[in-house]
Amino acid sequence: MKITLTVNDKDKVYDIEPGEFLLDVLRRNGFVSVRRGCDNTSCGVCTVLFDGKPVPSCSLLAVKANGHHITTVEGIQDEADKLARYFGDEGADQCGFCNPSMALTVYALKQEKPDADDDFIKRYLVGNLCRCTGYVAQHKAIQKYLGDDS
Amino acid sequence: MNVNTYVVAKTNDEAYQRLKENRKNKILGGGAWLKISVKDVGQLISLEALNLDYIREKDTHIEIGAMTTLRDIEMSPLVSELDSGILSEAISNIMGVAIRNLATIGGSVMGKFAFSDILPVLLVMDVKLNFHHGGDVDVETFLSNRSYQNDLLISLKINKHKRPGFFHNIARTHLDFSMINLAIIKGENMFLSVGSRPGLAKICHQTMLFLDKQNSIDDAVIESAASILLSEAELGHNLRASKDYRETLLKTYFKRGMKKVVL
Repeated sequence: MKITLTVNDKDKVYDIEPGEFLLDVLRRNGFVSVRRGCDNTSCGVCTVLFDGKPVPSCSLLAVKANGHHITTVEGIQDEADKLARYFGDEGADQCGFCNPSMALTVYALKQEKPDADDDFIKRYLVGNLCRCTGYVAQHKAIQKYLGDDS
Repeated sequence: MNVNTYVVAKTNDEAYQRLKENRKNKILGGGAWLKISVKDVGQLISLEALNLDYIREKDTHIEIGAMTTLRDIEMSPLVSELDSGILSEAISNIMGVAIRNLATIGGSVMGKFAFSDILPVLLVMDVKLNFHHGGDVDVETFLSNRSYQNDLLISLKINKHKRPGFFHNIARTHLDFSMINLAIIKGENMFLSVGSRPGLAKICHQTMLFLDKQNSIDDAVIESAASILLSEAELGHNLRASKDYRETLLKTYFKRGMKKVVL
């Protein structure tokens, strides 16, 4: 069957199977920044923005996204670059596998609550696992990113 | 997952009739747990055109559409005012924000998941589930009756109460399912439920009755009630926790919960 997705502000018709998940459709069509991790909603590395809200693409049926806006990290490039600089400054980055999903989730957090306190940040990022760092450096980087209005 | 066809129902009745046609036909809620609950689907019936995504305030109750996401419920000030906000609290502990943006209250209820943190709370709150065919049904009746699995859940109607309430769940990590959870509300009567036993959540009538009969509730009464609760809750063993560990946790958190709502 065919669905229309607006991925990073570009409309396109995609050929899918009715039982296919968005993660598979996106990766098959070249959006490989959307990572495959646990494939069962537990790790968060497949996160994309669905009409601006973070969702796990491994568990979102592609057909359900028909007519909706999907954002991958390429769609927020400037903000992702800015966050990446803070990650670098704080030593919050190692293998980089979780970075695209982390950037999208932090971007959504900033849209939802730009003045988020520590507890809100921690709770918002519960679903984004990073196996390299201990989260402390990431947390510091995110605090600085949220305070940067440039 | 194999899906034969995907259909967008135009009316509640169309969705209901399609669901009844074949046991392999399924309603698509948020889809968060599709991978662990369904392998082969005949018709996957979407409710996206039925406008079931809402939280509305009525004179006596709050009505939540079946397709409302858990995140929208968690963030709703209307819901957080009900019964000490225990529904908001229970939802806020479910995995991460992303999954709560996907999962719907309708899917969470109809799934009858044994690991649910939501069902124990709905059991103790004053809730009616509104079905297309079956009308208004209380949560305990729904859980004990298989016939509603072939009905279409339209909404939840939660009566407005501001009673002292308590919810607690224990999981090994934020992203794991609970190994035990419990909810308590003290109104004119006590309401108490236990979930992740590891079986389906249940309301604990004997313990509630014992507590209701007491003139006053003190530490000795709570200790006696805890003994009744442990025999009534029918706790078991699975890969997340042993029966003994569940009993220890339940007793401890029941006492803490009772002290919060009563003492």
